Amino acid sequence: MKNDEIERIEVELLVDALHRRYGYDFRHYARASLRRRLRHALAKSGYKRLSELLDALLWDENVAHTLIANLSVTVTEMFRDPSFYQAVRKKILPYLGTYPFFKVWVAGCATGEEVYSLAILLYEEGLYERAKLFATDFNETALKQAKDGIYPLKDMRQHTSSYQKAGGQGSFSDYYHADYQSAIINPALKTNITFANHNLATDGIFSDVQLIFCRNVLIYFDRVLQNWVLNNFTQSLGNGGFLCLGNKESLDALERRGEYAAIDAVERIYQKRPATGPLQTSTPGPKSAGWPA
Amino acid sequence: MNFLESSNRWSDGYAAVVIGASAGGTAPLSAILQALPANYSLPVIVVQHLHPQQEGPAIFYKSKCCQINLKEAAEKEALLAGWVYFAPPNYHLLVEDDRSFALSVDPKVNYSRPSIDVLFESASEVYGALLVGVVLSGANDDGANGLKAIQERGGLAVVQDPASAEMPYMPQAALAVVQADYTLLPEQIGALLCKIGEHARKV
Ligand SMILES: C[S@@+](CC[C@H](N)C(=O)[O-])C[C@H]1O[C@@H](n2cnc3c(N)ncnc32)[C@H](O)[C@@H]1O
Repeated sequence: MKNDEIERIEVELLVDALHRRYGYDFRHYARASLRRRLRHALAKSGYKRLSELLDALLWDENVAHTLIANLSVTVTEMFRDPSFYQAVRKKILPYLGTYPFFKVWVAGCATGEEVYSLAILLYEEGLYERAKLFATDFNETALKQAKDGIYPLKDMRQHTSSYQKAGGQGSFSDYYHADYQSAIINPALKTNITFANHNLATDGIFSDVQLIFCRNVLIYFDRVLQNWVLNNFTQSLGNGGFLCLGNKESLDALERRGEYAAIDAVERIYQKRPATGPLQTSTPGPKSAGWPA
Repeated sequence: MNFLESSNRWSDGYAAVVIGASAGGTAPLSAILQALPANYSLPVIVVQHLHPQQEGPAIFYKSKCCQINLKEAAEKEALLAGWVYFAPPNYHLLVEDDRSFALSVDPKVNYSRPSIDVLFESASEVYGALLVGVVLSGANDDGANGLKAIQERGGLAVVQDPASAEMPYMPQAALAVVQADYTLLPEQIGALLCKIGEHARKV
């Protein structure tokens, strides 16, 4: 048997062990990048083989938790894909503005840059006070950084430029406080954000959310898990609620795609159609008039 | 002696081609892609490093330079013969065991995303000895480890002749770790790939 094939067996054993021993379910993660990250984690761990790492993590929780943290990719930035944020400003916020109160779920928020970007947008459009934002991730370390909202000051130049390209109207430096080498997010942006540990592969839904961001997370999942997650999103969203995916992700091949309309196909913004039960079709309300086909 | 006579490894029966290009890589890359027929019998996958200001692989899609079909690789898309796939800017491109694409936003490798090594290594894990790897002009050493991985699994290692490269560093870095099967001019690489296409393995 070739080494590659032996390694594949090790990977499956390890994934199985993480699930059965610790409840972390990577069984439906796309394998090519998972294998890369496992090798990376192995190199850091000091063990020679994945099977040795498997032995260690079964008996030592600390080894497992280090590994789990290393398996998640928390690469993110503020106003990633600025044109996407422009589209959010133009196409989603006016709609949210018709609600006296609304909920937002940022799923896979990593170290928080994305939810703070959205918070800035809401603030500038005068909607922040009406919003309740849930920012979730299963990586506890990343989540802690997100809560702290402290970022390297040197990254702020890049973020400022993205903020401006995203149509930012104010001065970006109002949103953070510089302290030595750090930029500390303005606490006013945090008041309506709740950070919580949530695993998309195993945990439940939120209710009556009007906007979900889940960007650059689904690319790591196989179709089975993508369908599972979309199912949960569909249950979490209120009618007319929006779902925003990453730049290279789409609903096209997923089972419940028919329940959404692509509001902006390039920026990957989808809107959940109202349920088409017999009641609604016989007495169409004002909201279903002119609904995009 | 014609380079095709110096070694007949082109007849070994390959199933996919991966190409890495960086600074100075656009010209040799287009020379190679222009040589390929519309019904080329292998999938071709390209990682090209681009400067943020530089227009992406989109130049190729628009230019209608080639007979063969060109497109950006999409997440979970199946690899098909007769297509050239480009990695989207800012994403790593990988090949899965079922011969479909995967994208990732993992950290940069060799200061690059997409990284040539990431594509080459993942493709070689899937295609093994059936893979052809090509390293073109560039100013960093991305692709060297990937080409090594391809060769270690019995695949074919092809490098642009550094003397013909606008930026010889990347081909040189590859040649420093790999005993290349062919070190060629861009036009010759095109001819080699055509020959490989005539002897492709149907999978
Ligand atoms: C590449 S980051 C994307 C961050 C941000 N959404 C963005 O686009 O910039 C992916 C995030 O998804 C999280 N993630 C991966 N699998 C998850 C799961 N099963 N449940 C919750 N979060 C997950 C990772 O921990 C990581 O923080």
